Amino acid sequence: MAQNAERVLDHNELFRQPEYQSLMEGKKLFEEARPVAEVKRVEDWTKSWEYREINFKREAVTINPAKACQPLGAVLCAAGFEGTMPYVHGSQGCVAYFRSHFNRHFKEPCSAVSDSMTEDAAVFGGMNNIIEGLANTYSLYKPKMIAISTTCMAEVIGDDLDSFVKNAKGKGSIPEDFPVPFAHTPSFVGSHVTGYDNMLKGILTHFWEGKERQAGTKINIAGGFDGYCVGNNRELKRILGLMDVDYTLLSDPADVFDTPTDGEFRMYHGGTRLADTAEALNAKAIVSLQAISTAKSLEYAASKGQEVVALNCPIGVTGTDVFLMELARVSGKSIPDELELERGRLVDAIADSQAYLHGRKFALFGDPDMTLGLASFLLELGAEPTHVVCTNATKDWTEKMESLLAASPFGKGCKAYPGKDLWHLRSLLATEPVEFLIGSTYGKFLERDTGTPLIRIGFPIFDRHHHHRFPIWGYQGGLNVLVKILDKIFDVLDNDPKGTSFDAVR
Amino acid sequence: MSAVIEDTKVRNKTLITEVLEAYPEKAAKKRAKHLNVYEEGKPDCGVKSNIKSLPGVMTIRGCAYAGSKGVVWGPIKDLVHVSHGPVGCGQYSWGTRRNYASGTGGVDNFVVMQVTSDFQEKDIVFGGDKKLDKVIDEINNLFPLNNGITLQSECPIGLIGDDIEAVAKKKAKEIGKTIVPVRCEGFRGVSQSLGHHIGNDCIRDWVMDKSESKFEAGPYDVAIIGDYNIGGDAWSSRILLEEMGLRVIAQWSGDGTLKEMEKTPKAKLNLLHCYRSMNYISRHMEEKYGIPWVEYNFFGPTKIAASLREIASHFDDTIKAGAERVIARYQAMNDAVIAKYKPRLAGKKVMLYVGGLRPRHVVGAYEDLGMEVVGTGYEFGHGDDYQRTAEYVNDGTLIYDDVSSFELEHFVDKIRPDLVGSGVKEKYIFQKMGVPFRQMHSWDYSGPYHGYDGFAIFARDMDMAINSPVWGMTKAPWKK
Repeated sequence: MAQNAERVLDHNELFRQPEYQSLMEGKKLFEEARPVAEVKRVEDWTKSWEYREINFKREAVTINPAKACQPLGAVLCAAGFEGTMPYVHGSQGCVAYFRSHFNRHFKEPCSAVSDSMTEDAAVFGGMNNIIEGLANTYSLYKPKMIAISTTCMAEVIGDDLDSFVKNAKGKGSIPEDFPVPFAHTPSFVGSHVTGYDNMLKGILTHFWEGKERQAGTKINIAGGFDGYCVGNNRELKRILGLMDVDYTLLSDPADVFDTPTDGEFRMYHGGTRLADTAEALNAKAIVSLQAISTAKSLEYAASKGQEVVALNCPIGVTGTDVFLMELARVSGKSIPDELELERGRLVDAIADSQAYLHGRKFALFGDPDMTLGLASFLLELGAEPTHVVCTNATKDWTEKMESLLAASPFGKGCKAYPGKDLWHLRSLLATEPVEFLIGSTYGKFLERDTGTPLIRIGFPIFDRHHHHRFPIWGYQGGLNVLVKILDKIFDVLDNDPKGTSFDAVR
Repeated sequence: MSAVIEDTKVRNKTLITEVLEAYPEKAAKKRAKHLNVYEEGKPDCGVKSNIKSLPGVMTIRGCAYAGSKGVVWGPIKDLVHVSHGPVGCGQYSWGTRRNYASGTGGVDNFVVMQVTSDFQEKDIVFGGDKKLDKVIDEINNLFPLNNGITLQSECPIGLIGDDIEAVAKKKAKEIGKTIVPVRCEGFRGVSQSLGHHIGNDCIRDWVMDKSESKFEAGPYDVAIIGDYNIGGDAWSSRILLEEMGLRVIAQWSGDGTLKEMEKTPKAKLNLLHCYRSMNYISRHMEEKYGIPWVEYNFFGPTKIAASLREIASHFDDTIKAGAERVIARYQAMNDAVIAKYKPRLAGKKVMLYVGGLRPRHVVGAYEDLGMEVVGTGYEFGHGDDYQRTAEYVNDGTLIYDDVSSFELEHFVDKIRPDLVGSGVKEKYIFQKMGVPFRQMHSWDYSGPYHGYDGFAIFARDMDMAINSPVWGMTKAPWKK
């Protein structure tokens, strides 16, 4: 008998017991499983140059992409506003998926509603769903704002959100003055970062359009789609506080995705105040930490007369330097000594550890801004971002990544792969191996298949806990990223106890 | 005792009134039909079910695609499952269900992969059939050990008029493998449930009707139907069936293969665990091949023993003796598990809200540990599920069908059970409220929970959820 009441074995140990091993062996007869040698032969072939060439010739199928669809981003953006219920117009299954995706990443509740369109709505359109749906959401969840995005079903049938919302207000579903910004977020265009941008632009449009801008001195800060928003936004606020900058963070889901366990469930918590969002029209400038993830919103802010500072996920020393200097420039504030000290400490840490990083080859994958920020940091560590895969790349990304790599001696021999997926990356890792891989949880299949150790930085992170609570932005964030990378390097060295390098001191 | 039950009934009826008051009038009227307090002796739970969710209420349900790709087809490991349409659906359901399968990933096991046609705007405008044609060729080239391909339709497919059946027929002939077009667009039906049904029908039409297995049947051949091998459930079930002398020729669909599906019409008896998701194909095999089917329940020793005997009753004395032997063999271990955990769990109250079979099937396992289920409901159950539930629940149990997040939160807040068993979307809400929780779809990354080996894990997990010291720290001491 395999099980034991004293020391209960769960799946991991249970199925290694001989009873289960022989059960699985016996099952192969009915599966008509291929001989072990044949499986091995094909497995080896999938790691060959020949396979890589076939794999890179793909035109139609996408395998293990590192991107999701627009409304996911819209939900994250909407969740970052005070008392706001993200509302997705279309099929209901999508919302179940968005919610569980964020549950698994943040280990937190995620509130969002669907208006559950079915066959009849496919024929007649989803107006009645909006009329009923807004009324139900308003009554049950008492939001201060409902932010609507769409699933591909609603987009394919061409539902017109603007007129539907007006009709719903006309029918008394919600008060006339109740804010219902909206964004069309077709999942067959762009990715989750596009959806984030569309929702942000939709919300800004709702509050800003038709209003007269009176240029002020406040600074708008946009974080873009950020799986580290909990840690990052708090770090941003600390930095902005130290610099005494008067700011509005446009979408701030840090608190709603980090509520306490104290006996009370908070459906809404924190977020950008609606009054501040309206007021943000008057800001002097908008600083985006992820410009690709906020491209249209930045254009919109620019059209209103705001100066735009566009960054790409600044990680590390130079990225943070630029961020702070730009912030100082547009706000007219100076960078305090305290931040300069923090900078010095990060440089100190890099100096202490650089010998373990210099010349190391990395592969990395992730969202456009994130890969730009990480590649830049790796280059300043003297490491080589050999393969950089961005499934949801834009033209802008490719140009930026190529010039970033070209500008550094450590970028020589490194290559950007726009639009490629993780099955392409598998071929790259198998044929041109690197020492470490940086990316989301889904990199674990590459780690298993190719033996490349995975450093989990990106979105989603489902299989490690609490990393999103720690920033990757600012000098402090740079230190966190540095330690994540170093810990993996040292673990790999130590996990080879027969290796010569089993030093007590490193 | 009966006074206590009467009080519970009054309280539960009050709770139902309270939640309904929060809805607009029209919605309240509709929701009222889905909420009830079970009255002993009634043949069902007295709720309407399998009806459209109301817009804007935060239903916990998913869609037909989730029912087909996620549940019925996705676990079949020797087929490549294409999420046909935009990228999201396949992305969100990538490797998150824990339907374990043996084999080499990407070589002869394609379960934990996200294969998609990743529709772009031009595919919507001009149609995706040509792209699909190419997708199939590319898959067949890249994954030569695949035994076939399924096409899991996402919403746009049915809206833009693509003819995936024609593509499937043409390509099946060309590559000489099974290709299954599944019309499981997410807007079809009211929940995952229609996706199960459509998925079952496609097995009938595109697998069973297309091939005849030359497999040589034996006298004790059975198939496990409706076990998705969550955390290894099907394996910890299979071991008991084999130990009692049966030969399991197929697992549907956890760790399953097309080859096993094709053999199933030769089974002597189909064993149906998740009735909701696979009763359709079981009925079909009964009608077409004359294979009887029997529902069973492998949660907790009481129900397992009853099920083993029920299954054995369809066979000769060898198997009947085998069932008794298995029950006796595990008796000491079960007793030890119960002796260890029952004192820590007895009297604890549980509220459930889950999917296919678990809102009723796990009740016995809790009762084996001295616990009581005080509320239960189905995400996507039908009338026949609520009838079957009547045998399991006690007088006064609160019943909630397609519960909204608002309702469930209110019920749990007022009833304050010792444990809630539901899904990941609910988990963190209730933990914030200080209520212990276990995910009862994914076994909260644990499992298996089926079979005797699984029961030990179930008991351990419920104990660690309820008796964790963390629940004693939710209030700051200076606030007491």
